[in-house]
Amino acid sequence: MSLFFTIVIDGLIEASWLFVVALGLTLVFGVLKILNIAHGGFYALGAYIAATVVTLFAAKGLPPALSFVAMLLAAAFVALAVGAMLERGLLKMFYGRDEVVLLLVTYAVFLLLEDITKLIWGVNPILATQPYELFGNVSLGRLFYVGYDLMLIPIAIVSGLGVWYGLNRTVTGKIVSAVIHNAEMSASMGVKVNRIYAFAFAFGLMLAAFAGALTAPKISVQPGLSSDVIILSFAIVVIGGLGSVEGAAIGAVLVGLARATSVHLFPQGELFVIYLIMAGVLLIRPEGLFQRETARRI
Amino acid sequence: MKLLSHPLSMLGIVLAFVLLGRVLPAWTLSLATVAASNSLIALGIVVLARTGNVSFGQGLFYAAGGYGVALIANRFGLTDAVAQVIIGAVCSGILGLIIGPLIARYTGIFFGMLTLALSMVFYGALVKTTALGGSDGFNVVRPSLFGTVFTNPREADFMLYAVSVIATGLAGIGATIYFRSELGLMSLAVRANNLRVEYLGISAHRIVTINFVIAATFAGASGALSLMAQRHIDPQFAYWTTSGEFVFVAILAGYQSVAAVFVASLALELVRSFSNLYLPNTWQLVLGAFLLAVILFLPRGIGSLWSSASRKGKEPDAPAPGTAATEPAE
Repeated sequence: MSLFFTIVIDGLIEASWLFVVALGLTLVFGVLKILNIAHGGFYALGAYIAATVVTLFAAKGLPPALSFVAMLLAAAFVALAVGAMLERGLLKMFYGRDEVVLLLVTYAVFLLLEDITKLIWGVNPILATQPYELFGNVSLGRLFYVGYDLMLIPIAIVSGLGVWYGLNRTVTGKIVSAVIHNAEMSASMGVKVNRIYAFAFAFGLMLAAFAGALTAPKISVQPGLSSDVIILSFAIVVIGGLGSVEGAAIGAVLVGLARATSVHLFPQGELFVIYLIMAGVLLIRPEGLFQRETARRI
Repeated sequence: MKLLSHPLSMLGIVLAFVLLGRVLPAWTLSLATVAASNSLIALGIVVLARTGNVSFGQGLFYAAGGYGVALIANRFGLTDAVAQVIIGAVCSGILGLIIGPLIARYTGIFFGMLTLALSMVFYGALVKTTALGGSDGFNVVRPSLFGTVFTNPREADFMLYAVSVIATGLAGIGATIYFRSELGLMSLAVRANNLRVEYLGISAHRIVTINFVIAATFAGASGALSLMAQRHIDPQFAYWTTSGEFVFVAILAGYQSVAAVFVASLALELVRSFSNLYLPNTWQLVLGAFLLAVILFLPRGIGSLWSSASRKGKEPDAPAPGTAATEPAE
């Protein structure tokens, strides 16, 4: 029983930060129809910025609570700015081209980001663990958890609900939904589609950087973060159905639980169990769990 | 153009390239070996891309071929280079025959994602298999050719070069013939619109499967070649960034010409070694910028530099609306 409990908690912690990453990815795909490989790069960017802010604050002797807030804000702000610039300056040139070409463009950006982070922050791992102790330790029954890890769960839930609310209950959200549904029709109704594209792209990347900042105190920030994360969040988004917020949530929980289960019961399978689920879902429901099949013109 | 693309003259070109290896300096020789073996797997991606599907998981077959050869070489002492290439091709070809029919049902982004997932399953399994060296992999003995073991490094390099160029050259000649065959031209029709092909009474599923198996075979042979060059194998062969690089070569080449694949692969290796030399630690930066520039300025790939010039006016019509999603790179 206690093992079951451990797996569920571990799985949910894992699922929570993965969900925030996947949320951004699925949003960008929903609006722009781009499967953005550079998303992983922004996750790493967020982690690096957070690590820098935390070390800076620690050096100045400022309290970790302050650095926690500052790292999240800094990462989100930088990602918003860079994301908007990227969309306006680069991605715009490739609209109307094939999905696979756009995928490769984002792959190129991913490669660029990978080396740019190396140029700025070097290749040595950075440890920025000060905020990790912020929420103390929490005992659940006979198990002890780091409070920071448990805090990730409500943060993820709030982010998910926020995006859901924003999309479904606000005017901006309705406009974004209209663009998702049919960009041409929305443009003829007077929606500035280009602006929505830039906004959605930057917002999606902001979520990636936000998640990166959240996990930065838990891990040692080093090169190679991005390629692992992007593959995990791909799996989540594909399981849930590309472009679906609910799907990303279910996908994240599934992946988190699967990973935690295999870590505890079958450690050899840790890496491939996720892709096995992804391949299984794709074989049975290629559109993902939460996506309706779209009609196509013959 | 017509004369150059006759199979016999292509065979002559391949032989000329092999002989050229005698005079090339050592560093160019190993670079050309890598370029030749990489263009073999990229050629497979191009074959598949002609049906409109891009595989992001060719690393699966690359690694399967490499591991198959490495295990047989270490277990049974089979070190003959030609036999190894054939074993690699057969291992991956069989795997392709199993996976192909399953995967051929999907198109576009789902096809890419599924191939990616399968290669990552394989990667995950390899990393955790301690019997195969886990994430470190294992070493393989030096390859021989027809019973001769080359101890002189210069001779050994040339042998690898010759085997790689001939294997890739033969595959290229085969692909050129295939592209002009009924089945090869039908692949382009599947790419334009698979449903219409089905309505004409031809199985698009079968065509995609055949192309998939060809791509897998090429990938396996390529895995065997690069195993011989490195004499070491590890799960990195199956990682998604490895596959991504081969897709990169294929996109760089475009799907119009076989020769473009070799040019693209060579260009990539040159860019890689020069950026390693002059801009260490930033080669991904150079690669990314290079990729963006190609997509922007040569949207139909390097092949379009000479192919489209001779085919002007014979371009196929624009695809029907609504099918753009299944189009590969143009």
